[in-house]
Amino acid sequence: MAKASLEPLETPALLEDFYRQMVFIRHFEEKCNFAYRQGKVGGYMHVYIGMEATAVGWNAALRQGWDYVITAYRDHPQPLLMGSDPVAVMAEIMGRRGGLSKGKGGSMHLYDIKRGFFGGWGIVGGHTALGLGLAFAAKYREEDRVTLCYLGDGAANAGVFFECLNMAGLWDLPIVFIIENNEFAMGTRLEHHAADTELWKRGLPFGIESERVDGMDVLQVYSDATRIVDKVRKEGKPHLIEVMNYRFAGHGAADNDRQLYRTREEEELNMRRDPIKRLEEMLLERNLMTRESMEAIDEELTLKVDEIYEKADASPFPEPHEVYEDVYTDITVERGH
Amino acid sequence: MPTIETTYRDAIHRCIDEEMTRNPDVFVIGEDIGRYEGTFKVTKGLWPKYGEKRVVDTPITEPGFTGLAIGAAMVGLRPIVEMMTMSFSILALDQIINHAAKIHSMTGGQATVPLVVRGPGGAAKQLSAQHSHSMEGWYAHVPGLKVVAPATVEDAYGMLKTAIWDDNPVIFTENPGLYTLKGTIPDNKDFSVPFGKCQVLREGSDLTLVGYSRMTRVNLEAADKLAEKGVSAEVVDVRSLLPLDTETIFASVAKTHRAIVVYEDWRSGGFGAEIAARIGESCFDDLDAPVVRVGGLNVPMPYARVLELECIPDVDDVIAAVDKLG
Repeated sequence: MAKASLEPLETPALLEDFYRQMVFIRHFEEKCNFAYRQGKVGGYMHVYIGMEATAVGWNAALRQGWDYVITAYRDHPQPLLMGSDPVAVMAEIMGRRGGLSKGKGGSMHLYDIKRGFFGGWGIVGGHTALGLGLAFAAKYREEDRVTLCYLGDGAANAGVFFECLNMAGLWDLPIVFIIENNEFAMGTRLEHHAADTELWKRGLPFGIESERVDGMDVLQVYSDATRIVDKVRKEGKPHLIEVMNYRFAGHGAADNDRQLYRTREEEELNMRRDPIKRLEEMLLERNLMTRESMEAIDEELTLKVDEIYEKADASPFPEPHEVYEDVYTDITVERGH
Repeated sequence: MPTIETTYRDAIHRCIDEEMTRNPDVFVIGEDIGRYEGTFKVTKGLWPKYGEKRVVDTPITEPGFTGLAIGAAMVGLRPIVEMMTMSFSILALDQIINHAAKIHSMTGGQATVPLVVRGPGGAAKQLSAQHSHSMEGWYAHVPGLKVVAPATVEDAYGMLKTAIWDDNPVIFTENPGLYTLKGTIPDNKDFSVPFGKCQVLREGSDLTLVGYSRMTRVNLEAADKLAEKGVSAEVVDVRSLLPLDTETIFASVAKTHRAIVVYEDWRSGGFGAEIAARIGESCFDDLDAPVVRVGGLNVPMPYARVLELECIPDVDDVIAAVDKLG
C-alpha cells in the first residue's frame, strides 16, 4: 500500500466534514441498534460501525447526483452520505410510511434513485450484476458516470460476481468493484471461505486493474478513491479494489455471539484501529481541531440523531391497503387471500 | 388496413427491428444473437444493422447478463434479453425473481424495470430433458412480473410491442414449434395487443378448450376434429398468464358449462392447474362436469422422439379428455 500524499486534496474544512460524517454514521448506527433493541426495527439489520472511513472516503470522490452507487445489505451510510433525508432513511429502517421505500424495503433495501443510490440488496453477490448494468448504461449513453459497486469479502466468492468481472473486463465498463474485506463472511473467517485470501487478485484474470487499499484511514481512503474514480472516469475501464477494514459490530442485529467466530482479544486489537479515533488523533496532532470542538460536534450530532429518530418514530406505519401498491407501475393486483 | 404475410419468427424479428429503430434505448442482449444470428435466427440481420453496441453477444453467463440488463433498465434503457432457450433462464432465476420482479416494490415505486426476457420455451424436437422446459408457469407465480405466451403471428408481433413499451419486467415465451407458423400482421408499426385479455379464437357451445402458446394450436385442431364428431368446442387463447383475464374464460364456461385446460408444462402444478382452480372456484354453478386438465407428463423430457411425443399433449389427448366430461 503506497502512502498517500495528503496534499493538496485535503483542506481543514474537508477534514472536519469527514469527521462529522464519520461521527454521524457512528451515532446513526448506534441509534439503529438501540431501535432494534426497542423492538422498533425487525428482521435483519447490519450496521456499519467500524467501517465508516471506507464509505466516507469513497463518497467524497464521487460527483454527487451524477455517479452511481450500489451496495449489499450493509447499506445505511450510503444514502446518508449521498444527501438523502436521514429521517426517511431511519423511517425506512423502522418500516414506516415516511421511509425511502414507504416501508417496503427495510434496512437491507434502502434506495434513493434520484440521488444515484441503487440499493440496498440482500442476495450476496446478486447486485454486482445490477451494478454492472448501471455502468453498461453509462457507457451505452456515452456519459462519464462512474459506478461504485460495493460488495463484501463473502460476495467475492459468488459465481455471478466472476461473471461480472469477465464482462467488465471484456467490455471495458466504467465501474469500481469495492470488495470491503472486513475479514468475515457473516460468521465465516476469510481463511475459511476463500482459497486465495488476497481478494484483490480476483480482477487480474479478467484484465482488470486491481489493488489492495486501506479502509480505516479516511485520508488514505479518500486519496485512493479520488485517484481511482478519476482514472475510471477518464479511461472508462473497470477497476477492482480490496479495501481492508473491520466491522466492530456483529454481522447483523441477530448476531448475538461474536465469540463463535472471533475472540475478544482480536476485537480489542482491531478497535484500536478505530477510524474515528484515528482521525481525531491526526486532527489534534496537526492542530486542526481541538478536543473541545470535537466534543461539541459529537454532542451536536448525538442530538441530531436523537431528533432524526424521534421524527422517524412519529412517521405512521403503512396502511394495510398500501400492500397492493407499487407491485406494478400500471396494473392493480388482485385483492384478498 | 393493409396487412403483411409473415411468420411467427419474422413477426418477432420485425417488432424488435422496428422498436430498435424507433427508440435508441432499446437493445438486445444474449448468447449468440449477433454474429451467429441467434440459435432460432430471430435476431438475424440485427447485428449488421445496429452493431455490437445494441446487439450484444454475451459470454455464457445468464445470471450476469440478465442482471446487467436489469441494472441498465433501472436507469431507463429498455433491454430485450434473449434466452437461447427459456430452460437456460433457470440459471437467471435469482436475477429475474429475486431482483427484477420486486424492484418496483422494494424501492417503494422509485425504480422501474422496463425489461423483456424472451426466447423459445417448451419442447422443440428431441432437445431432451435440459432444453425443453415450459417456464411460463414458474414465472406466472411471481408478483411483479408480467408473463405472456402468444399463439398467433399477430399476437407475437403485437404483444412484443406491448412488452417492449411496458415499464415492468415481461417474460415473453415463444414455443419453438410456432416459429414457422404463418399468419398476417397489420402493416402498422404502432400496432399492439394489450396484456390481460384472452381471445376467443373459435366460438362453440358444448365445451371450452383453454390454452396458450402452442397448445392453442392443438386446441384449434382438436376443435376441428370434434366438430366432425358433432361436438362444438370453443377455443379460448389465454395469451397473457399474468395478468390473467379470468372474465373471458368464465364467460365461456358460463356458455358451454364444460372446460378442459390444456398446457404443455408438467401437469402437476403447471399454470393450467391455476386456471382450472379458478374455474372451479368461480364457475361451480355453471359447470356440468368437473374441470379437466390435460398437461405434459410428469417426467423429465426424454430424448427418443416417440417418448417425447408421449409427453406433450396432442390433439388425441384433448379429444380423449372430452370423453371424461361425460
